[in-house]
Amino acid sequence: MAQRSGTPPPSEPAGDAAPTGDAAPTVLGVAEPPTAESLPAPSRALVPVPAEAAPVAAPEPYAGHRRSDVDGWGRSEHMRGILRRVYDPVYKYWFRAEVEGLEHLPAEGGALLVSNHAGAVPSDAPVIMHAIETETGRAVYGLAENLFRAMPVVGTLWSRVGGVAANPDNAYRLLHDQDQLVLVFPEGTKGTGKHYSQRYQLRRFGRGGFVEIAMRSGVPVVPVAVVGSEEAMPIIWKSPRLAKLLGIPYLPVTANMLVFGPLGVVAPFPAKFRVRVLEPVTFGVPPDQERYSRSQVMEASESIRTRIQVALYEMLRDRRSPWFG
Amino acid sequence: MRILVTGLGTFWGGRVAQALEARDDVEIVIGVDTHEPRMPLERTEFVQTDSSFSILDRIVEATQVDTILHTHLVVDSTQMSGRALHEINVIGTMNLLAAASRPGSPVRRMVVKSSALVYGMSNSDPYVFREDMVRPRTPPTGVERSLVEIEAFLHDFAQDNPHVTVTLLRFANVLGDDVETPISKALRLPVVPEVFGFDPRLQFVHEDDVVGALMYATTDEVPGIYNVAGDGCLPWSEVCTIIGKRRVGLPPLFTNWAAEPLKLLRLVDLPPETLALLRYGRCIDNSRYKRVGFHYEYTTSGTVETFAQGLRLGRSVGETHPTYRYRREVEDFFRHSPAVIRPVPEMAAPLPGTPGATIRGGPPRGTE
Repeated sequence: MAQRSGTPPPSEPAGDAAPTGDAAPTVLGVAEPPTAESLPAPSRALVPVPAEAAPVAAPEPYAGHRRSDVDGWGRSEHMRGILRRVYDPVYKYWFRAEVEGLEHLPAEGGALLVSNHAGAVPSDAPVIMHAIETETGRAVYGLAENLFRAMPVVGTLWSRVGGVAANPDNAYRLLHDQDQLVLVFPEGTKGTGKHYSQRYQLRRFGRGGFVEIAMRSGVPVVPVAVVGSEEAMPIIWKSPRLAKLLGIPYLPVTANMLVFGPLGVVAPFPAKFRVRVLEPVTFGVPPDQERYSRSQVMEASESIRTRIQVALYEMLRDRRSPWFG
Repeated sequence: MRILVTGLGTFWGGRVAQALEARDDVEIVIGVDTHEPRMPLERTEFVQTDSSFSILDRIVEATQVDTILHTHLVVDSTQMSGRALHEINVIGTMNLLAAASRPGSPVRRMVVKSSALVYGMSNSDPYVFREDMVRPRTPPTGVERSLVEIEAFLHDFAQDNPHVTVTLLRFANVLGDDVETPISKALRLPVVPEVFGFDPRLQFVHEDDVVGALMYATTDEVPGIYNVAGDGCLPWSEVCTIIGKRRVGLPPLFTNWAAEPLKLLRLVDLPPETLALLRYGRCIDNSRYKRVGFHYEYTTSGTVETFAQGLRLGRSVGETHPTYRYRREVEDFFRHSPAVIRPVPEMAAPLPGTPGATIRGGPPRGTE
């Protein structure tokens, strides 16, 4: 391996490749002002570069100017703000939403919000996200089916207002690396696609993947119980065969369609919404493990599901009318 | 260092060879390619080969190179037919790895320029890819399949030859004044194509950072796989805003078919993998290469902004690409003729441990 042919700097023993790796901090550090001779970094060949060897005083890379505030997840605070203004009357006067237990949300750091999911086009996600963002000022990212990402226009708008495809790595990055609040519905389409007669009966919570993500990211799970979404858009009939043909999770006929006609596809009934944030659940396991005990994951998943189910029954016991609360 | 650069006739091969020539610790640079270099080179020796590099083992043995820089992989499928691409990417790399792993081979370092295409782009993929992520399905396009195949070869090569430092760099989409890619061609159009209703997040790396990253892997010991991309990612709409161009939407259904007539008319040059990118986008995690000490000159938005500046300059002064044609006789004359007086290299004492590492012939230097 040929060395630099110029005169080596006095601090650098000539010929021996090993110490040159250590020479880098001396050259770039403050101890010794760099001379014209020592400016080009000496070859550090054959020496594994330690992590600390990154040049400390290196200039910032040229960053240019951003023209929008769309972040790495496609969320734009500007768009989200517009939606909050538009959605606020719906939240306040249509759903008359009430939220309790917000003190259970951590003021900082990541947390995985886990909620029940219902209604053919579910209103629970926007209600929860709106409630938390307006009350606490923290952004909420909502995990949803990959299918959204494949929809033109809808998928783009969805990601601008905080939607993220439900991929474990996305959730980990949001929770662990970026300390964000993430909302997930572990029932998925099994929750939203269920018949009205099964309202407030929680489906299976997937395979407990959400618990594993929370464990791996080292964040608490905050269970959330929502009442109102079942009545906002009840499914009265569905065709599994047609849905399969179209390649979508379910194809429902909702009561809204019968009342509002085609508008019923998107217009929910004015059901009274109540959101209850329950006490956070921590797991007492170290983060970033290769894998977690399956029994522990399933147990935690089941206990969180039970807590939400119990809270739902409690709220329903106190509810006099689906429309007036 | 004695370095072999494959794909000397490509943009990257030429740029890297120029950068290598400027270094004093690089003793010789040998370049192989199917066609002639497109950039002026001072002391690089060029050898023309067939597309599958079948004479590589002879070259390696005869020149005793210790480092191979494999920049020949084709990642832009619009450049050639699928068959030619397979020949260069897969068969070429197989021959290269075979030449480097023969018993008694002098090769101690191998740097391969791959692409983030290996990760794919679909709606079920994560938003940001790390180096350790494996693609769950077989890629749909030939260029992606070939790259995935090559990386598997390389993995085997690294396992069989633990004495060779293998560095695999996966680059994000490149932008720069001089390099032509499907994306940069699209951005040069009067109106920029998009897939209607989609606004993907894209990540770019500046061409100077590409050369810098390849040089860093060549001159420093960084074994392993690394993503190379500028910090941050931008929505396509914002990229077009920075460039200052309007967008026109391709239909979201049957996009490939809709793009076909435009391709035939040579209005756009959008292969399926680029259309998929314009639908779902792709970001890669660049922190690993930074952790081993590489420093980027540009972020993603900085790269786009510099590209926009280049476009504006081009609008005012026209194309400024210097034309260079490789002529073997001329190059040979300057390199080997006894009539040419070459600057005598400073007579540095031969370094201990490197017998016979005297600089033969005295390469001309400092005449940039």
